Amino acid sequence: MEQQQSYVLRTVEERRVRLVRLWFTDVLGQLKSVAISPVELETAFEEGVQFDGSAIDGFSRVQEADVLAFPDASSFQLMPGGEGGEMSARVFCDLQNLDGTPFEGDPRQVLKRNLARAREAGFTLMCAPEVEFFYLASDDASQALQPLDSASYFDLTTYDASSNIRRATIQRLEATGIPVEYSFHEDAPSQHEIDLRYSDALSMADNIMTLRLVVREVALQHGVHATFMPKPIAGVQGSGMHTHLSLFREEENAFYDPAGDANLSAVARSFVAGVLRHAGEITAVTNQLVNSYKRLVAGFEAPVHVAWARNNRSALVRIPVTKRGKEAVGTRIEYRSLDPACNPYLAFSALLAAGLAGIEGGYELGPEAVANLVDGAPPGPPPAGLELLPGSLAEALDRMEASTLVRETLGEHIFEWFLRNKRSEWSDYKAHVSQFELDRYLRSW
Amino acid sequence: MEPLLCWPDPPPAELVRALDMAGFASTAVGDEATAAAGTWSGAVIDATEDAEGAFAFARALRRVELGVAPVLVLVRGSQLADLAGRHDAFDDFCVSPFHPVELEARLAHLLARDPLAANDTETVVYEDLVLNLETYQATIAGRPLDLTYMEYELLRFLAQNPGRVFTRETLLSRVWGYEYYGGARTVDVHIRRLRAKLGEEHAALISTVRSVGYRLGETRWG
Repeated sequence: MEQQQSYVLRTVEERRVRLVRLWFTDVLGQLKSVAISPVELETAFEEGVQFDGSAIDGFSRVQEADVLAFPDASSFQLMPGGEGGEMSARVFCDLQNLDGTPFEGDPRQVLKRNLARAREAGFTLMCAPEVEFFYLASDDASQALQPLDSASYFDLTTYDASSNIRRATIQRLEATGIPVEYSFHEDAPSQHEIDLRYSDALSMADNIMTLRLVVREVALQHGVHATFMPKPIAGVQGSGMHTHLSLFREEENAFYDPAGDANLSAVARSFVAGVLRHAGEITAVTNQLVNSYKRLVAGFEAPVHVAWARNNRSALVRIPVTKRGKEAVGTRIEYRSLDPACNPYLAFSALLAAGLAGIEGGYELGPEAVANLVDGAPPGPPPAGLELLPGSLAEALDRMEASTLVRETLGEHIFEWFLRNKRSEWSDYKAHVSQFELDRYLRSW
Repeated sequence: MEPLLCWPDPPPAELVRALDMAGFASTAVGDEATAAAGTWSGAVIDATEDAEGAFAFARALRRVELGVAPVLVLVRGSQLADLAGRHDAFDDFCVSPFHPVELEARLAHLLARDPLAANDTETVVYEDLVLNLETYQATIAGRPLDLTYMEYELLRFLAQNPGRVFTRETLLSRVWGYEYYGGARTVDVHIRRLRAKLGEEHAALISTVRSVGYRLGETRWG
């Protein structure tokens, strides 16, 4: 047996793990779990665990309903802090068809496939996301939607209480092997940010799935609700997931060139040109909710224009200033439109594919944006030569549907399903009459 | 007595001849599966051609489910420096080209040794850190550490060589193995995860040696 697997089996035995949770992710990025008893684990490694995939969003069509979940032993992690102090463990799974081929509805395998493509070109993708979220008094939507309630909520919950929850969260994250770089209270009332230390893209996508669960669980233990909804409260900042990206070639940072402008190598410049050129096409993936587009508006430090800049936080791509002496490792780019409600496997895949297209096609990077594109952005058409990010989910889906790059990156199965599912979300939304309309039109018309 | 395991398959002809002359039964084994299928009184590994493969295989023999011991490695004189940091993988070595009488004497000594004495490596202890090599469990100040396999292997390697500084490249090839792809940043990422799990109080157990690499514990030079 493979040694990683025997390590896992031995640990399960030694630590008296009662429940092993097999984790995987649906197309929209919701965490799914099948719990098995430890005695089943050895068989699961060898034969997989069969389940009916047709019940899960974006998975199999009915005629090919069954899929196999194979635990990835390298992702095995004990999860302390469960109910009653009982020890449980999680392990991420790769999904296969019954004939042993990779299951095309599995987002984790989409990322693996794209990372393998990058590896052929000699690159490893490193990611470091900054995850923002809100703590709310409850998950009752009628309260969360009203900014006045959120203000009073802030009065009730002192700064100290929410930072205690955050501290407990960080301890749990670190104990499960997710190192936290910084964490702090964000601009908006009750909004928090946790910045994760960089890691390879697959581990990081796994980490984001774990983080979303841990943040919610710890919040629940403290009697509050945590949400990664991109814009829960109108009139204040939404929650983004700015993500720092770099490509490594063996141990060298391929983005770093001491002779380059801003220490950026030609590879980095083409990568940025790639993500900018394809930004519109991949936005449905990086910002997948109707609500995502309420965050991507001017005036709230979220990017609106497709542009890059060195130290201008309003651009879509920012080149952060690296600490002195750390340039060789730390040179990176920051993509700022992502939000924490995305499917990280698909979002990282899309960003990587866009960047690689830039490298492979030798795209030229245009000039840096100098003006503050957010705070000073007047309504109306953008400055000459500047493209806008899609303004709505519908517009983003149109751009995605026309994109060969996204189709190839996600694979036919997920691409088709994603479009179908999201078109239906948009048509539900279109049929909805909002409070805004009632307030604005009911009396005047 | 069970035969000696010889690696690679086929082993060098002079090795087979020497073992034969000395009266040791031996069987050529090229992979772990074949090793697992038999029972062995010990192993002779030829590291003169494919050193990386040889030490990876020697280390594999150490694993609980194989548990082949003792292990003798054959190295060239020019490879002696490579033994540093690999002491966990073998019990004795012989410089090749070897003298058949020396090889025989070394094997006889290894095989005659009290088998219980060979078990003294079952736990690795450094200050508050204890690693049980048999059960794969690690504790710090009595608290169990919830490590992934690679984190455990990295910590074990460092703890077996306390005070020594290892470069990222060395750690990558010794802990992950030569077939691993991903670059030396993998080491940084795992070190950071280990520190996170050790907790604030013990995170300093592993120190970063600027522009060199990492070290567990204090330097031997004070």
